[in-house]
Amino acid sequence: MAYSDKVLDHYENPRNVGSFAKDDEGVATGMVGAPACGDVMKLQIKVGRDGVIEDAKFKTYGCGSAIASSSLVTEWVKGKTIDQALDIKNTQIAEELALPPVKIHCSILAEDAIKAAVADYRKKQQA
Amino acid sequence: MSIDLTQDYFSLFELPRAYAVDDRALEAAWHRLQSQVHPDRYAHLPDADKRRSMQWATRVNEGFRTLQKPLARAQYLLVLAGVDAGVETNTAMSAEFLMEQMEWREAVEEARAAGEVGELEKLHTRLLQHAREVRAALERQLDIDHDYAQAADTVRRLMFIEKLQHEIDDALLALEG
Repeated sequence: MAYSDKVLDHYENPRNVGSFAKDDEGVATGMVGAPACGDVMKLQIKVGRDGVIEDAKFKTYGCGSAIASSSLVTEWVKGKTIDQALDIKNTQIAEELALPPVKIHCSILAEDAIKAAVADYRKKQQA
Repeated sequence: MSIDLTQDYFSLFELPRAYAVDDRALEAAWHRLQSQVHPDRYAHLPDADKRRSMQWATRVNEGFRTLQKPLARAQYLLVLAGVDAGVETNTAMSAEFLMEQMEWREAVEEARAAGEVGELEKLHTRLLQHAREVRAALERQLDIDHDYAQAADTVRRLMFIEKLQHEIDDALLALEG
């Protein structure tokens, strides 16, 4: 199957790969996985006191589309408030990367990773 | 000879509907059914009969493949129980499990990059042991507790574990090949 140029670009030059120390202030972690293909994705966001996402990092074990989806998402969430980040939909990710139908679940995984990271952030805020 | 295409695979193979399966009984039933529905037996009959025997043979082989593999068998039992395992849609595994999976993948990646065959073989052995434990839990959930929600979660876990097994096999093949 042929990958789009954008997928290849993110796959070959993934943005923001890595980790933050998970207990640092403002850092929240979203872990998700796709059973059907065995992909595992970790998305971390670093949120400032003003509620704006200052930085994001990811680590993904999966196919090119899963890596590209998470790489793209780390770029998109930066500068957004956590509420704005939740507005990112898998359809936008799939469209931006021109994902074929069999790879839509990769974009769903990336959307779910944002939701999981935000949920972790809110849980930590309440604690 | 005729095969009811609406009966489930366990009935077709005359086996109890359970995760624990007698491999030899399954294989014996497969050979018996296969010889009964083999298209060669219908070669002299009209086309409609030939087509039907092809359908039967396909059904028998699909059934065998489904019942033979533990993961496929478990998924099939969930389908029969009307439970969606959510393998395409459920991304919310426990964070602890996913973290563990990530650590496994990292270990495989590092061992592969460093060309450590011995380390990969150790990971392989550990993972086999782990898979055995998870399959034992699955058998309990499906056959004794009939806790299908829990079994669906375990099926999803097994899918990650099988993927990991492939990755280790791949790495070993690449290093030894």
